[in-house]
Amino acid sequence: MGRVVVDVMPKPEILDPQGKAVANALPRLGFHGFTSVRQGKRFELEVDGEVTEEVLEAVRRAAETLLSNPVIEDVVRVAVADEVGA
Amino acid sequence: MSTPTIARPAADARVDGARIGVVTFPGTLDDRDAARAVRLAGGEPVALWHADADLHGVDAVVLPGGFSYGDYLRAGAISSFAPVMGTLVDAARGGLPVLGICNGFQVLCEAHLLPGAMIKNDHRTFLCREQVLVVENATTAWTGDFEQGEKIVIPLKNQDGQYVASERDLDELEAEGRVVFRYDGWNPNGSRRAIAGIANAAGNVVGLMPHPEHAVEPGFGPDSAAGPRLGTDGLRFFTSVLATLVR
Repeated sequence: MGRVVVDVMPKPEILDPQGKAVANALPRLGFHGFTSVRQGKRFELEVDGEVTEEVLEAVRRAAETLLSNPVIEDVVRVAVADEVGA
Repeated sequence: MSTPTIARPAADARVDGARIGVVTFPGTLDDRDAARAVRLAGGEPVALWHADADLHGVDAVVLPGGFSYGDYLRAGAISSFAPVMGTLVDAARGGLPVLGICNGFQVLCEAHLLPGAMIKNDHRTFLCREQVLVVENATTAWTGDFEQGEKIVIPLKNQDGQYVASERDLDELEAEGRVVFRYDGWNPNGSRRAIAGIANAAGNVVGLMPHPEHAVEPGFGPDSAAGPRLGTDGLRFFTSVLATLVR
């Protein structure tokens, strides 16, 4: 069984309300010194066999069409899970 | 307190037979309200189903509000790939009038029928209020019965209502008169340039965050100058498209 990881982040110029909420909460819990938090999404896609170049290509297409919205988000990583230590 | 007089608008003879489709996705909440608005305006509502690619010969389509697919992934994202949307995108590009309300607006953006995208409100909370809008374009298929610059009041209720787009897209929308509605006064969600609704270049596809279908009947709408709960500004969206169809 192979696994592909896709990381999606809000574009830098887009306000990230979730990240901002987390950033505001950190000092209340005693975590100081963090000037900004941005929250993204991680998708894990599993396949039965090996992760071939074909599989990766299909994941890249899915990442650009369904998993992210290019108006507000960037696909920052598409990689085999082993390679990212997952 | 006296009960407001409930005066039903009479169905207009000029629009007899116009059939307006209302799409239901899993999670849609306001399809019944949209269908009721169509009927009150004098049209015939036709229920359309997300998994059915057939538009059943309707003359226009409303994509109603309400958390389709639970808004998982992104608001409106999964719905934009539903079978009915494949057909609807082609029909809309061919001139079919389409109105997207709230989640329907989000679906239209995700389906690339309208530019931009919707993210969480800048204050991060769900908001429900009676919203004043300025009608910036009274020439689209859905706004012909309004006056340019007119202020209307319809309900707003959303969590992902912040409209964002690239500066280039925003400039293009402004230059082409495709900003159809703007928030009046306080911007309730941080939308770029206080945009509440936009249209495609042809003016047949319109999307907006606030809900006209909740302001169509005296006694159940927002407060208005006429009295509490008497606001019916939303009805004119639906009479507008019916007038467009017989033109």
